[in-house]
Amino acid sequence: MFTPDLIFKVILILSIFVITLVIAMYSTYGERKVAAFMQDRLGPNRAGIFGILQPLADGVKMFMKEELIPDISNKVLFILGPCLAMTTALMTSAIIPWGSNINIAGTDFSLQVTDLNIGVLYVFAVTSIGVYGIMIGGWASNNKYSLLGALRASSQMISYEIAMGLAIIALIMSTGTLSLKEISAAQAGFHWNIFVQPLGFLIFIICSFAETNRAPFDLPECETELVGGYHTEYSSMKLGFYLFAEYINMFIASAVISTLYFGGYNFPFMNSIGLSSNAVAILGVVFLFAKIFFFIFFFMWVRWTIPRFRYDQLMRLGWTVLIPLAIFNILLTGAIIFATNN
Amino acid sequence: MTQFLFYFLSFVAVSAGLMVITAKNPVHSVLYLIIAFFAIAGHYILLNAQFLAIVHIIVYAGAIMVLFLSVIMLLNLNKDNEPAKSNVLKLAAVVAAGLLLVTFSGTLKGTESIIASQPFDDQIGYVKALGKVLFNDFLLPFEVSALLLLSAIIGAVVLVKHDLK
Repeated sequence: MFTPDLIFKVILILSIFVITLVIAMYSTYGERKVAAFMQDRLGPNRAGIFGILQPLADGVKMFMKEELIPDISNKVLFILGPCLAMTTALMTSAIIPWGSNINIAGTDFSLQVTDLNIGVLYVFAVTSIGVYGIMIGGWASNNKYSLLGALRASSQMISYEIAMGLAIIALIMSTGTLSLKEISAAQAGFHWNIFVQPLGFLIFIICSFAETNRAPFDLPECETELVGGYHTEYSSMKLGFYLFAEYINMFIASAVISTLYFGGYNFPFMNSIGLSSNAVAILGVVFLFAKIFFFIFFFMWVRWTIPRFRYDQLMRLGWTVLIPLAIFNILLTGAIIFATNN
Repeated sequence: MTQFLFYFLSFVAVSAGLMVITAKNPVHSVLYLIIAFFAIAGHYILLNAQFLAIVHIIVYAGAIMVLFLSVIMLLNLNKDNEPAKSNVLKLAAVVAAGLLLVTFSGTLKGTESIIASQPFDDQIGYVKALGKVLFNDFLLPFEVSALLLLSAIIGAVVLVKHDLK
């Protein structure tokens, strides 16, 4: 029953879970520090040295606050909303290859929880059901602003999913596989997909911003128009779950972008520096996390640089710019594959 | 294990399906329908048809039901403003559903001989096998259905554009 493989998998799952939560926690701190840096302020600096305990203080505050459930809202769905948002945010981490194989006492263990035959599509499916947390929460709040936020979220996510899927199709055409493990392995060394699919990457990252509801596409929680958007009625840790899910989504989106386009755990000269395979695997994990942190920083950088879109501008960008561009990218990829094969 | 999962998923699918028609609130109906879709996707996975399962979730749970849900949320349906249905309409609905039942039982009646003549291939659900079957053996139906979808897209654009002359 308790084979070494199973024990390793359980340890891997638990450590990914903990790492995800810690990174999401410190992303909130990081975001405030980045914002402060960009606006020439100091940012949080009271709790602990450099304010390093600020996320813990925020967490305690979230738990201690009074919990309000609106009287006429649907209680079950009101509680289900944030739970769903959190669950779907955590689900994608199961198929991301965090590193190549690691060798313990003569047995190879893969640093990936499971390698699905349909890897990329699984990411896509989880993203597409991620909207339910927001929609159910927004509707159950029984508040017009919440409902408007939920509707904005759903139409925004459906619109950008199409362009995202088309960008992924072009990527699959050039890699020839759906499995994230094989996509990672094929980018060994410096053969990163970004050099093969620059246009696809551009479309994919723009859509990632829209799918994670981050600025400049944070229309569902646009403060100037909708109070707090879909989480207007939420308080205490339920609000915390929604905010937390956004940071987890950002972390996972960064991990997916790094895996699909930036070589995953691969780094230049990985096979020629003459280290043992375990050392290379561990170094690969470090490199993957370095890439992920860069993209998390990129998400914050954009948020504090580019102003929010208007809703009609957002829709026009999605339908009349990104989708045609993605279709053009597919045609281009197909033409290049056809030309190189002949 | 597989058998237990099959009965569990079937139970979930059937009870969620019943809840879809008995639930008072339309939004609850939609949510039960989503649960039913997930249970059916689980059945596909039991048959090793991973691709079909995930596409089922992406298309039905991820796109169509989201649209359903947002439309129903906007309409704000409840008992008070629901139009009363005439008896003729109810009778027509019963007849239509009964005919559907006849069609289903007729289709499923002959399956035992098909299963015997074509044994289950556990590789068929994988993307590679499916792609080969689609583009070699069933190319014409595949292209025709693509054309059908294309015409649906064009139809939607034409319906939306009022000033199209």
